[in-house]
Amino acid sequence: MEDYLNVRGRIFDIQKFSVHDGPGVRTIVFLKGCVLRCRWCCNPESQRYEIEQMQQGGKLKTIGRDVTVGEVMDEVDKDRIYYAYSGGGLTLSGGECLCQPEFAEALLHAAKEYGYSTAIESTACAPIDTIRKLLPYLDTYLMDIKHVDPEKHKAFTTRDNGLILENARILAKEAKHLIIRVPVIPTFNDTPEEIAAISKFVAEIMPHGEINLLPYHRLGLDKYAGLGRPYTLDYISPPTDGKMQELLAVAEQYGLQAKIGG
Amino acid sequence: MPDFYTAEVPKSPRIAKLVAHLFEKMPQIEADRAILLTESYRKTEGLPIATRRAEAFAHIVRNIPITIRPDELIVGSATKSPRSCQVFPEFSFTWLEDEFDTVATRSADPFEISEETKRTLHEVYKYWGGKTTSELALAYMSDGAKMAMKHNIFTPGNYFYNGVGHVTVDYGEVLAIGFEGIAEKAREALKNCHDGDADYATRKAFLDAVVLSMEAASEYAERYAVLALEMAKTETDPQRKMELALIANNCANVPRHGAKSFYEACQSFWFVQMLLQVESSGHSISPGRFDQYMYPYYKADLDAGKITREFAQELMDCIWVKFNDLNKVRDAASAEGFAGYSLFQNLIAGGQTAEGLDATNDLSFMSITATMHVLLPAPSFSVRVWNGTPHSFMIRAAELTRMGSGMPAYYNDEVIIPALVSRGLTMEDAREYNIIGCVEPQKSGKTEGWHDAAFFNMCRPVELVFTNGSEWGEQVGPKTGELSEFTTFEKFYDAYKAQMNYMIELLVNADNAIDLAHAERCPLPFESAMVEDCIGRGKPLQQGGAIYNFTGPQGFGIANMADALYAVKTLVYDQKKYTIQQFADALRNNYGQPFGPVQSEQMTLQIVKELDAHGRTPDEKTIADIYARVRDNEVPTSKKALYDQLRADIDELPKFGNDEFDVDLFARDVAYTYTRPLQNFKNPRGGIFHAGLYPVSANVPLGAQTGATPDGRLAGTPVADGVSPAAGRDVHGPTASCNSVARLDHGIASNGTLFNMKFHPSALKGRSGLEGFVSLIRGYFAQKGMHMQFNVVSRETLIDAQNNPDKYRSLVVRVAGYSALFTTLSRSLQDDIINRTEQGSM
Repeated sequence: MEDYLNVRGRIFDIQKFSVHDGPGVRTIVFLKGCVLRCRWCCNPESQRYEIEQMQQGGKLKTIGRDVTVGEVMDEVDKDRIYYAYSGGGLTLSGGECLCQPEFAEALLHAAKEYGYSTAIESTACAPIDTIRKLLPYLDTYLMDIKHVDPEKHKAFTTRDNGLILENARILAKEAKHLIIRVPVIPTFNDTPEEIAAISKFVAEIMPHGEINLLPYHRLGLDKYAGLGRPYTLDYISPPTDGKMQELLAVAEQYGLQAKIGG
Repeated sequence: MPDFYTAEVPKSPRIAKLVAHLFEKMPQIEADRAILLTESYRKTEGLPIATRRAEAFAHIVRNIPITIRPDELIVGSATKSPRSCQVFPEFSFTWLEDEFDTVATRSADPFEISEETKRTLHEVYKYWGGKTTSELALAYMSDGAKMAMKHNIFTPGNYFYNGVGHVTVDYGEVLAIGFEGIAEKAREALKNCHDGDADYATRKAFLDAVVLSMEAASEYAERYAVLALEMAKTETDPQRKMELALIANNCANVPRHGAKSFYEACQSFWFVQMLLQVESSGHSISPGRFDQYMYPYYKADLDAGKITREFAQELMDCIWVKFNDLNKVRDAASAEGFAGYSLFQNLIAGGQTAEGLDATNDLSFMSITATMHVLLPAPSFSVRVWNGTPHSFMIRAAELTRMGSGMPAYYNDEVIIPALVSRGLTMEDAREYNIIGCVEPQKSGKTEGWHDAAFFNMCRPVELVFTNGSEWGEQVGPKTGELSEFTTFEKFYDAYKAQMNYMIELLVNADNAIDLAHAERCPLPFESAMVEDCIGRGKPLQQGGAIYNFTGPQGFGIANMADALYAVKTLVYDQKKYTIQQFADALRNNYGQPFGPVQSEQMTLQIVKELDAHGRTPDEKTIADIYARVRDNEVPTSKKALYDQLRADIDELPKFGNDEFDVDLFARDVAYTYTRPLQNFKNPRGGIFHAGLYPVSANVPLGAQTGATPDGRLAGTPVADGVSPAAGRDVHGPTASCNSVARLDHGIASNGTLFNMKFHPSALKGRSGLEGFVSLIRGYFAQKGMHMQFNVVSRETLIDAQNNPDKYRSLVVRVAGYSALFTTLSRSLQDDIINRTEQGSM
């Protein structure tokens, strides 16, 4: 067996038949641990690296397990036929896969060996050299840009966005295919001005680039209760379709290929 | 550039009017056919049966009332009222007489019947005692078969009480040469009937019957020509006046002669389709590859500038509506098994030519469009998929799926063609297959497939393993051993196989008895005239006139049996957590849960019988008390704890449908317990038996008659449908479910397999949703799955429809191999559809 198949890492979920996170039919492997603590995060169980317990459907569930790349690939490979027909493959999500860089690299390496397309959903909040190690094996980088204002970014995610924006500039040149994703969060970044500022930045680093506006949703709400953590965005509700259309038009004004959803 | 037109063609305003008229009132039962049939039969006593059948058919079509409904462009109605039915006493009738007073109010498929019709039918029925196919079939059956049927191991009810149907005739030949051309073929064949031939008598009688049937059917169409002209005279709207004149022209020419235009071809097709359903009460008379045999007429008219795409589409839409004008009343129990007023007229688009080239054309796309325009349960619309199917066709089909009516069903050429070749079809014939009824493949115009020969409940034999073959005090199956003798799993599994083998043989016995009864009492010369090689052989389909002959009874409950046997193997023999006796006790006591009505009644009846036998006949109050106690089934606390623990442990075991290799291979083996023994038997028409794995909707009523099973399923609840995983048991998404189901051997089930999936509408959203969905189908098919169908409707919508049926009168859902109006289904079948696992996507 190749060495990279023996690399170990920590995941908390594998989801199949995803059709909205990268091209074709994809399997998403969720890695555990993240550097940010976004207040709207729909996978709060992903944030800590430690294995933890979560109450779910009346049962206590262990979140997180340590696995080898080979074990993950056994599961991912079950859907190879659907990747072949759709140009799909493996997407790493999280958490933040850059928090387990060797594991992430080995997973992507394996996926390319198996012949899949690869993608990561990532904040790019890591040293650029760490990210560069993944790029040879990466087809699509789905990168979050949540805000261009450092203070507001910090207030809602616990970190400012200096490193993220800097990395975005580099990735616009070096990544094979970069798609910027903006979670649209009421009270945080949902004004036309804020979306305009993000779009302006994206258009500068990547003229006519792709941008996805992802409307805020509350599907992760129960998980906060299950983890015994407070949910601090109780007071906001998902943006309306009309609102999203308005913001889409804003992004399009900057010449971007914009769409709602992934 | 593809050489077909893929854009959508707009819908004519006429279509909504036709649909509204069709659904104006409740379906009626009409007596005209029964009266005419009986008049003729009284006059032909003592003549050859082929002659009697043809004379009766001719008498019916020459005299039955005809009507042209408002705004119709394609005419031909079997009943005065829309969506109504005639009755067919030659097959069976006592059930209808018994149900005269309940047929209008029953939950599944109610029909109105007037007092006048009841009186008339009552008179007519006096003639038929002792003369039906069902009575003769019963007389031919073995005692064992009758015992197994009484205990609901299987039910051959479909052909036992009705005509066979389940055929696709050679429509193309009628379009080309007309009924006159076919009569001419029969007359030619008659010239070769020599007085000294051993089969002179039957051959001559049959060929004469063909000639008479063709003549009478042509006259039937000409009656419409006369009617249309009469109506045109008094019609004040100039547009309609012109339409009626066109109708008159068409009916004067077709189907007697070959069609000269696409419009005539449409009208000719429709007369064939509806007259087949006047001759016999068989359902699943399937139009098959409409896009193929209609195409030359469309293409010629289009090239000559004689037709617009819009008008061609309107004609197709009219036919699509017309399919819903035909109807059929079944006995109450069968109505549960075929719920939704369905006639299973399966129409299929796409696929390959006889030479193996892609067959997609304009009409393939327009068939999808017609289904979108009409959005009614009929026709059962299907598409064929092969490796070379154009992506644009798949996407358009997926757009139809997304509309939520459960259509189209998708069929995999790459499995079905080799499966049919393995059953003796030529490669060319196999490539031209179409689907009959729900999911059954055959070659049109050459096959008497007896596709829907019975339902076999694979769960019932395992119940008999636990009781050494006895039930309700009767020895139903063989004695396969006391529980204590099952010291290894292999011994237990062998006992199951022994029960299966025994019951399969009885199923064959019952089917063959019914087959012979149809051959003797109800040969069908009109239908037979359009299937090769009846005229050449000089005998009807029912006596072996077809090139290909099969009998295809359906097994269902594979998922339950796979999970059940896996549970017994793991918990009793591998882990030794429970004894087989504990398992048996838990099943007998329904895991300590209340019993359903069927089991409660059965057990109460047994207790009352016992008391009777001891001279202590209970009064009504005592019986009610016994019933209540049996139903509530309160068990001691200690036992209850054990049962609960057992069910919890079963729950934790891996289940079929989750992409677990070992469990799936186990399921594959379990399916063989039905499919393999069956193929060793022969039918009286010289063909073989081959299995289907699909339930129509019988998994619900037959589940109600099934006790608790070792997969944790409670007594009386539905059994898994087709090859689908048990409801709610497949929890790892659609690809896992597909991978598991594809691991079964679909090729051996050459009478068809049925895989139901349910999607939330959000899963097919946007282009990426459609693309993902198409890849799912392609992936399942690449792994040798045979068929897939989908309900795309949210659970919330279905529940809302249950509670507010008036809001959802037009909600069409997929039941089994067909779609039906949701609100017309019985509550239990509605629940079954709601409870199917709902697949989403991320």
